[in-house]
Amino acid sequence: MTLPPTETWLPVAWYAVIAFGVMMYVLLDGFVLGLGILAPFAEDEDQLDHMMNTAAPIWDGNETWLVLGGAGLLAAFPKVYALVLSALYLPVLLMLIALVFRGVAFEFRFKAKTLRRAWGIAFWLGSVFAAFAQGVILGAIVEGMPLQEGKYVGGAFGWFSPFSMLTGLSVMSGYALLGATWLILKTDGGTQRVARTLARPLTLNVFGFIGLVSAWLPFLDSRIMARWFEGGRFLWLFPVPLLVLAVTWALWRAVPRGDREARPFVLSLCLFLLGFVGLLLGMWPNIVPPSMTIWDAAAPPETQGFALAGLVVLLPAILGYTWWSYSVFKGKVAADAGYH
Amino acid sequence: MSLDPLLLSRIQFGFVISFHILFPAFTIGLASWLAFLEWRWLRTRDALWRDLYVFWMKIFAVSFGMGVVSGIVMSFQFGTNWSVLSEKAGNVIGPLLSYEVLTAFFMEATFLGVMLFGMKRVSEKLHFFATCMVALGTLISTFWITSANSWMQTPAGYEIVDGVFRASDWWAVIFNPSFPYRLTHMVLAAFLTTCFVIGGVSATYLLRGRHIEAATRMLKLSVAFGAVVVPLQIFAGDLHGLNTLEHQPMKIAAMEGHWRDGAPGEGVPLVAFAIPNQAAERNDYAIEIPRVASLILTHSLDGTIPPLTSVPADQRPPVAPVFFAFRIMVGIGMAMLVLVLLSAWMWKRGRLFDATRARWVLRGWRAMTLSGFVAILAGWYVTEIGRQPYTVYGLLRTADSNSAVSGAAVAFSLAVFAVVYVCVFGAGIWYLLKLVRKGPQAHETPPDTDDGEKTPARPLSLPDETLDAPVASNSHAATTAGGAT
Repeated sequence: MTLPPTETWLPVAWYAVIAFGVMMYVLLDGFVLGLGILAPFAEDEDQLDHMMNTAAPIWDGNETWLVLGGAGLLAAFPKVYALVLSALYLPVLLMLIALVFRGVAFEFRFKAKTLRRAWGIAFWLGSVFAAFAQGVILGAIVEGMPLQEGKYVGGAFGWFSPFSMLTGLSVMSGYALLGATWLILKTDGGTQRVARTLARPLTLNVFGFIGLVSAWLPFLDSRIMARWFEGGRFLWLFPVPLLVLAVTWALWRAVPRGDREARPFVLSLCLFLLGFVGLLLGMWPNIVPPSMTIWDAAAPPETQGFALAGLVVLLPAILGYTWWSYSVFKGKVAADAGYH
Repeated sequence: MSLDPLLLSRIQFGFVISFHILFPAFTIGLASWLAFLEWRWLRTRDALWRDLYVFWMKIFAVSFGMGVVSGIVMSFQFGTNWSVLSEKAGNVIGPLLSYEVLTAFFMEATFLGVMLFGMKRVSEKLHFFATCMVALGTLISTFWITSANSWMQTPAGYEIVDGVFRASDWWAVIFNPSFPYRLTHMVLAAFLTTCFVIGGVSATYLLRGRHIEAATRMLKLSVAFGAVVVPLQIFAGDLHGLNTLEHQPMKIAAMEGHWRDGAPGEGVPLVAFAIPNQAAERNDYAIEIPRVASLILTHSLDGTIPPLTSVPADQRPPVAPVFFAFRIMVGIGMAMLVLVLLSAWMWKRGRLFDATRARWVLRGWRAMTLSGFVAILAGWYVTEIGRQPYTVYGLLRTADSNSAVSGAAVAFSLAVFAVVYVCVFGAGIWYLLKLVRKGPQAHETPPDTDDGEKTPARPLSLPDETLDAPVASNSHAATTAGGAT
């Protein structure tokens, strides 16, 4: 067996790395953004403390995945980096500013006395805007980016469409579901009761959004889902929607159960994972629909190879440590724990 | 009024990076300072070293956290506003930037955690090792980011294929001609910035009669360090200038306000003050000292350097900002030199640490507390504005580098940045000042993760001091200032 040439497999390797980074970011930061979105449902400041304390030990490093994704994209797929970030200028910058705002508000709320409420509101607003902007970015990419001679021709508000607004709301409600099920896992008492009350409506919500987005996909110009029905593909792709149905059903049943508190959170993560996998399968081998493939967009092998060398050395260590820090901090957070 | 997206993008980039650079520049010096403090503590077992370590570690943690937060924006700015630059030069600078992120990420994930929260959990030697690795990590980050910047100033090891840069020799890319000079100048600047913060804080304590023992010790170290490193930095800056003259002569001409050749044999005067007039290609209200610029730049009395008018007007940088920023940087450098030499002399006479006899020198230190930050910003403005009108020097013009976004969109994002940054970093800087005002505390318990509420991934969680309530009582002042009262 002969190995494929480097210019064939390096872009695939980098695509896998960046998809993995984005997935890590979405799974790890998604539930913390969800906590922020759910902040107004906290019955008082103490309950918000309790909610935020569940995420306190682990959340900040999550943003580093995003920074790594940005730098990795510049090194491995400079064309995508240049095209997507400039074409989606406003939603990208809105997301970044909201993340900065939320990050600092999270820390300073714990340190503030008189301005505690104000920092709490900042935390909520930052989370809402960041989540919505991420959904809009996703929607705009899925919808496809019209190019002429390699340049984007959609204009400053090319990302603004009914579809991208729908995906914005979908991602928000998805994160809120992650946040609620995370709270079922990590808290007890009043906070857990609030989370349980929210989790079932949120499940329905998310299922409805998945249905709407899926129904819309075949009608988009990018024809992202058309390939689902080409040739024999459907045979090995159709388990994805079936699994979504099964997971949603299991989630609906798991929420009220007192004996399996981790299950709703794990099932919500599965929903995200399925959505992500379905999307990548629909887009492959395009990195920016409707026509830019990963090989069109890839940096030359000497660049991808050099950057990958550092990644191969350092990434396992980073992953190992992330895993370790999660295992150290597992377990319930009591209502009175937290910053002093 | 029409909104120029190019100009607004430049302002936005300058604004965002100016805020960002303050924090890493400070933490580069602080990390090495912490390694020094811990080394002294382990060697002497004098508890004051440990108290100082815990005090400065809190300041380090908050600064590092602010640096991480403001850095999120940095890794996306090239794509949002400078997409053509990213597309054309991403093949070369992309890997350098990802190495920087990987280093920072790796350090954050491992040694920073042990350093910030592990004092009670690991052996003293392992903890000291972690501190040293954090110090090394900040320097490695500086290495990569400075390399990427230097490549854009003095590109090497590349070829251009279909209008896109490709790396042909990574060694030549990384160690491009201006890199060793820029790296040295930047690292020394970061060290001096931290040195003057430490000295300034100490002088403030002495003037207020607080933390006398700690302040005396820190001021001694600042004076000693400054007396060696300020002259070194002036020397390194001179070498960096000569390197710039070789590779970017128009930057030097703008720094010197040198518009055209004088008569043969007359040399180049040093323009002490002037208001450069770009349109008329001359200096207004100039005060010149004959031949001094020749002496500095060519080490001869009648040497010449290429004047601004030797290239067409559209290849010249904007002269006034480069000219003034350079004078601010050099002025601060000279003020630092005078202050450390004067302090060293007073120290020798045994008068430096007495708030009544050395009042003016201590006030000088207090006034110079933040001078390093101003000098770093001024220096960056010299090198970045002086590189104009190019992003990749001589090869890619700034006007051809920016994204096709509308001026209104950039104006909007710039306004939001301004509001959010003032709130966010205003609060951060306020919090740092509050930690400084409280000062070192005797026998403070070293920080711990408190059963997982705090974490290395969140350096900002380290200090427990409140953000907006009054400063708590001051135990160290009571013990150390006891002798003075």
